[in-house]
Amino acid sequence: MSGIISESPTSAHPRNGMRSFLSRLNFSTQAGLAVLLLLVLAAIFAPQLATHAPSQQSLINQLAPPGGKYLLGADQFGRDIWSRLLYGARYSLIIGFSAITIALVLGSFIGMVAGYRGGAIDIVLMQMMDVILAFPSLILGLALVALMGATVTNIVIAIAFTATPAFARIARAAVMAQRDREYVQACHAMGFSGARVLFRHILPAILPEIMVMASLWMATAVRTEASLAFIGLGLAPPTPTWGGMVREGFENILSSFHLALFPSMAILLLVLAFNLIGDGLRDAIDPRMKDVS
Amino acid sequence: MEGQRILSVSGLTVAFGSTTVVHDLSFDIASGGTLAIVGGSGSGKSVTSLAIMGLLQEGVGRASGSIRLGDQELLTLNEAAMRRVRGGKISMIFQEPMTSLNPVQRIGDQIGEAIRIHRGLRGAALRKAVLEMLRKVRIPDPEQRIDNYPHMFSGGMRQRVMIAMALACDPVLIIADEPTTALDVTVQAQTLQLLKDLQRDTGTALLLITHDMGVVAEVADHVLVMRRGREIERGTVHEVFSNPRDGYTRTLIEAAPSLVGKWRGRPAAGQAVDVVPLSFRGEAAVLEVRDLSVRFPSYGGLLGRLKGEVRAVDHVSFAIGQGETLGLVGESGSGKSTIGKAIINLVPGHSGGVTVAGREVDYGNPASLGALRRDVQMIFQDPFGSLDSRQTIGSAIIEPMRVHGLASGKAAVSRMEMLLERVGLEPSRAGSLPHEFSGGQRQRICIARALAMSPKLIIADEAVSALDVAVKAQILDLMVDLQKEFGVSYLFISHDMAAIERICDRIAVMYFGEIVEIGDRDDVIGRPGHDYTQRLLAAIPITHPDQRGLRPPPANNSVPPRSPLRPVDYQSPPTRWDMMAAGHFIRRAG
Repeated sequence: MSGIISESPTSAHPRNGMRSFLSRLNFSTQAGLAVLLLLVLAAIFAPQLATHAPSQQSLINQLAPPGGKYLLGADQFGRDIWSRLLYGARYSLIIGFSAITIALVLGSFIGMVAGYRGGAIDIVLMQMMDVILAFPSLILGLALVALMGATVTNIVIAIAFTATPAFARIARAAVMAQRDREYVQACHAMGFSGARVLFRHILPAILPEIMVMASLWMATAVRTEASLAFIGLGLAPPTPTWGGMVREGFENILSSFHLALFPSMAILLLVLAFNLIGDGLRDAIDPRMKDVS
Repeated sequence: MEGQRILSVSGLTVAFGSTTVVHDLSFDIASGGTLAIVGGSGSGKSVTSLAIMGLLQEGVGRASGSIRLGDQELLTLNEAAMRRVRGGKISMIFQEPMTSLNPVQRIGDQIGEAIRIHRGLRGAALRKAVLEMLRKVRIPDPEQRIDNYPHMFSGGMRQRVMIAMALACDPVLIIADEPTTALDVTVQAQTLQLLKDLQRDTGTALLLITHDMGVVAEVADHVLVMRRGREIERGTVHEVFSNPRDGYTRTLIEAAPSLVGKWRGRPAAGQAVDVVPLSFRGEAAVLEVRDLSVRFPSYGGLLGRLKGEVRAVDHVSFAIGQGETLGLVGESGSGKSTIGKAIINLVPGHSGGVTVAGREVDYGNPASLGALRRDVQMIFQDPFGSLDSRQTIGSAIIEPMRVHGLASGKAAVSRMEMLLERVGLEPSRAGSLPHEFSGGQRQRICIARALAMSPKLIIADEAVSALDVAVKAQILDLMVDLQKEFGVSYLFISHDMAAIERICDRIAVMYFGEIVEIGDRDDVIGRPGHDYTQRLLAAIPITHPDQRGLRPPPANNSVPPRSPLRPVDYQSPPTRWDMMAAGHFIRRAG
């Protein structure tokens, strides 16, 4: 019966309101969203939640264990780990969000143009992307940061640079799948310009796929930032970054493991939240997965 | 050949979850008999066949009642026993011969697998049995074809392979679910003939599931008409066609092409003319197409050199007058859709002259192209695919007006509402998304969108082919009404003779990229001059079982299909035309 179109309108699913979209997500996605929301709130209200200034040293409280005056203990300079974690969340989140936003916009644009125009433009653009993709993202980011210096802007640029090809690839594939659909042909037949077809009609159709990619890459960005900080290419001390805290805690891992444990868990939590959200979004969007559930 | 009862279904009810899709259905099929279950989409006819095969998705669809094959109750059989019934006693032929075969297995192996499992043959004996099956379904050169892969077969040949697989184990019952729907009409005629012959030889019972009353008239003994999961009429094929009791049955019967009786004999010998057939009806031509060719380059060899060109459309000329409808009919691959797309520059590599409303179109000039896109609109086959699923229908209708600067703001909105009303939709639904509408309603939206530009010509590419018969008739009527109101011309591209006959003033017949005959509807259908037109018309199913045997059996196409692949520097011979009557031309052979 595939050739015949049913006469009953498929009005079973109503217009996608935010509420109905949320209810379609499974439990793990909702959990991921909740964790992310908590971390964002913690970063925003860090000044209110912190018990100490993040860089305030106290020589008598070096390596203080958790509990008491220091909720999660103090590090080798006697700085409060809890407060540093809260402020560190700001850097992790800001770097992750800005890097991925830049990569998303830039990569999607390159991929969409490549997929839509095809031919020589496609080959040149995608070859460039493939060259970048050929480097492991951490090594490439490392080289860029080492070259330009470790500031927030440069770290964002480095991570955005490494993530761009992933978005270009997925946008290109999605555009190519849409390009030959009949509604796109109908748009051409009505004399719409290429830019109009691409950004007004094709973009909304492929955006969900790109958003899934974005949330999964957000986890990678957080991880890369932490890794850069861990190997000493992050923001200069005493800026509290999670990766930097793990590195500093490493020096006393045998005597006071909590120094490295809590920032590691924070990174784990954030990466896990992004991964849960990304997987859930993919399931909610992919019609094949919906049939199974 | 009516024999004992093969299949008897009684009180069959199928439910998916809380929705019952088949209500209390009962029927019998005798050996050698053919029962046709007819209905539109969603009538439950395919679900019935799946229930008989025991193929309802477990845990999702539940069947109750009784299905007896001989003296065996099928509904209570376990899966292992059911597997022996499937393929061994009941076999099935599906609609899509293109996708029902495994593309990476040889034809012989696929037929052989069924025989090996159910009859236990091996080695040389198996090969012999397969060859015999291929001969039975009249596949030429079976010794060579047995080792071919499915992509080397045409659609009709693949359906023969499917039939061979279905027959491989001498089933007592064959279920054919829309077996010819995906095939061209000439191939359909040959396939139906083959099915009938094979059934006569083997005495197999046949359960035919279809929406096409023409097919029913050709082969069925008994008819059961279904609608929304219920039987609404049944009887012998003669009873149902002569005295349909239900209005829905009548709609279905009327929807079949009624060309019998329109044939008025061979035309008088034509008169050679050396003009191109650019005649039209009315005062001025809206569209003139001269020597339109579309060529796709074909690359091959080690370094991908240009090997030749596929001539999808080769030197086609025609004209359409104001307020006139020209039907472009032909089989799949004949290039009819390519013509429509070439006119509005949707395919690369077209050459020739196109004149719209007296202005020659310059495809390199954006201004000229812009004017073309205002004057010529297109309606596509798939109303699901041709609307942007994320754009409200109101915005979809307004957008082209705004892009071309025809109307904006309030004027555009009020024109959009007027158009929605004209095509029979509530203007208040302008804010709805396409998925909230049915297929027919969506096609109405596409028509409204096309009319928004006040075009002079609308190209309708298989615009009603995907719709149910009753809806198809409504859309065709709407198109005729709108033509009267807006004075628009149509280029109506279709393989569906019934639709063409209903809406068109003139008809052009396409065959392998060329127009072989063009003329007034009554001339082309009544006095077809070209061999191919005659073959095409002869293949259209009859509309009443009484007409069986009245028309000559469809001749096997004696001319082997031509390859449209030509060398790069190939010059097609000049086309010469014979004029049969005023405005009725046929292409001269050779």
